[in-house]
Amino acid sequence: MEKALKKWSPLFVLPTLLAFLIGFIIPFAEGLYLSFCQFTTVGNAQFVGLANYKKVFSDASFLNSFKFTVVYAIAAILLINVIAFCLALLLTRKLRGTNVFRTVFFMPNLIGGIVLGYIWQILINCLLSIAGQPLLALNSKAGYWGLIVLMCWQQIGYMMIIYIAGLQNVSDDLLEAAQIDGASAWTTLWKVKIPMVMPSITICVFLTLTNSFKLFDQNLALTGGDPNHSTEMLALNIFQTFYARAGAQWKGLGQAKAVIFCLLVIVISLAQLKATRSKEVQQ
Amino acid sequence: MKKKLLALVLTGILGVSLLSGCGSKEESASEPAAEKTEEGKEEAASAEGGSVYYLNFKPEQDQQWQDLAKAYTEETGVEVTVVTAASGNYETTLMSEMGKSGAPTLFQVNGPVGLANWKDYCYDLSGSDVYGELTSDGFALKEGDAVYGIAYVIESYGIIVNKTLLAEAGYSIDDIKSFDDLKKVAEDITARSSELGFAAFSSAGMDGSSDWRFKTHLANLPIYFEYQEDGIGATDAIKGSYLDNYRNIWDLYINNSTCDPAELSAKTGDDSRNEFLAGEAVFFQNGSWEYGNLTGDGKFTDDDLAMIPIYIGAGDEANQGLCTGTENYWCVNGTADEADIQATLDFMYWCVTSEEGTSAMANDMGFVIPFKNAVESPNLFVKQDAEMTAAGKNPVSWNFTTMPSEEWKNGVGSALTAYAADQTDANWDAVVAAFVDGWATEYQLANGN
Repeated sequence: MEKALKKWSPLFVLPTLLAFLIGFIIPFAEGLYLSFCQFTTVGNAQFVGLANYKKVFSDASFLNSFKFTVVYAIAAILLINVIAFCLALLLTRKLRGTNVFRTVFFMPNLIGGIVLGYIWQILINCLLSIAGQPLLALNSKAGYWGLIVLMCWQQIGYMMIIYIAGLQNVSDDLLEAAQIDGASAWTTLWKVKIPMVMPSITICVFLTLTNSFKLFDQNLALTGGDPNHSTEMLALNIFQTFYARAGAQWKGLGQAKAVIFCLLVIVISLAQLKATRSKEVQQ
Repeated sequence: MKKKLLALVLTGILGVSLLSGCGSKEESASEPAAEKTEEGKEEAASAEGGSVYYLNFKPEQDQQWQDLAKAYTEETGVEVTVVTAASGNYETTLMSEMGKSGAPTLFQVNGPVGLANWKDYCYDLSGSDVYGELTSDGFALKEGDAVYGIAYVIESYGIIVNKTLLAEAGYSIDDIKSFDDLKKVAEDITARSSELGFAAFSSAGMDGSSDWRFKTHLANLPIYFEYQEDGIGATDAIKGSYLDNYRNIWDLYINNSTCDPAELSAKTGDDSRNEFLAGEAVFFQNGSWEYGNLTGDGKFTDDDLAMIPIYIGAGDEANQGLCTGTENYWCVNGTADEADIQATLDFMYWCVTSEEGTSAMANDMGFVIPFKNAVESPNLFVKQDAEMTAAGKNPVSWNFTTMPSEEWKNGVGSALTAYAADQTDANWDAVVAAFVDGWATEYQLANGN
């Protein structure tokens, strides 16, 4: 059996490998190459060495959008995970109607980012108008909190499902033993439940972290970076550099930003994975 | 053994479906190329065997271009593919299409700044027949002796007036001959708006679908008068000599409007047009391209409408005409095959000289084309422009093609929106900074290397 598997495995790997090659490796390599070039279309790229990378670090808008992204990511990761975990705790208590609530909380996740962005833009603008505040296009504070509210609304349900699955896997033996030892609900939560759902926490933090850094649709639709690029996140900044600017010098710059962005997301998420993995316990 | 066979079959199916998935994508991507080769076979006997692929900029004229292309194919047998980019996505679409095999042979740029992006791809049209048909050299986009672009439509913009409402307010368009007149009429209408039931101006929306009317088209006026004063046609540093006038007209727009100035940031182009169509406002700043949207069943007739110049209280107002010019220049892809280039030149020539082509452009598309054989367009605003020019008024040229970049326009737009919401001198200084300092910075960025 094993021999046959060995013999045939390249064949089984081939389709996926091909797809991966065509859909990922080749474009990625080409993108990497283009980041060292000046070009208008991919066909007429001219190699310019590290010039694009030098320009990235003198581009104030990129650094600003990086700062905005980090500030946003911290708040979004904390809020989404804490609220999702609390909801998961509530909805694993065998209350009536649990399934209905789970479905309802999950539903926002089924709507696309662009649509959500525009819906929330109307809602938030309406509120701001009633409150006599400047509308989203002029209000970076509202833009920041609007993005957070929007992303919480969208992602809490999804993370909640993962936490529910984790909580349901905490074995009753452990909980019962804790109860017999006289542990309070609070202590049980911190000493038993949370250590046991650490794998779920790893996944959820990973997902929210990468989603926050890569956020694009919602950003584009809700604020479009207004006012004056102050709510522009990294992905949108790259897009604007590449498409909203005319001239060959910008394309390579956008490409270089994208490569840096990619490395950044990989490094940060690997660091996070390592940090939360180390807290996971074996039963 | 049977299992092995099954696995093999499954893998095979997976592989085939995967490859076919890629294949179909490839096909649709290079559709024009495929058509080209097919056409080439058929064509070998008649013409040169080239084909035309036109990447059209104007979504509102998509159907008319498709029909015209079909008519041309029927007449000459040369395949013409017309693809229209979605509104606001022309540069993006052009960029990706140009990277493919079977790239567009005919595309357009919006002026000198747009040309800078695509110059390497532009065929020199100086010896072509279609260039010879232009009524004036001013409609060609030249660099030295080389002609890279040819304007194919001339448009005008100004303030569109609902004459019926204006008469209800007790005025006629003859009462408005200067900025002071416009201000007097607008402010009078605002003062009596509850009694009249309409406002002076439709909302000056600063949403992305509408803000170009102000950050680009309205901003053209202070730039035009400054260029006139200095006797130049472009600059690397604008002085902003007429920005006070810009502020005056902007104040007039936003404070005599259908909505609270603070809400302008979210108002769209459709909002503004609908207000005008619904008779909620007398004035609507827009251009001749809006004619089709404003007239027709249940909308206005020619008798209701007029277009007047945008007076900002600068220059010789008595002789000021509409803002007339173009930002639509045809360019031919110089990297295409010889045969395709020739086919494209023939198609362009046919469009602007043949009876069918010229009448389609004038009647179906509503264009005024700057070519010798042009047919008169039924577009009211275009006719008015011709009348004004004939009466000795000087049309205001389109200088926004010399604005340094989109980013400059966005900066000005953003500052204008902030000023509209809170009309303080400090906020206006921000507009001036975006206008003057932003110009210098952006010019440097765009032309630095």
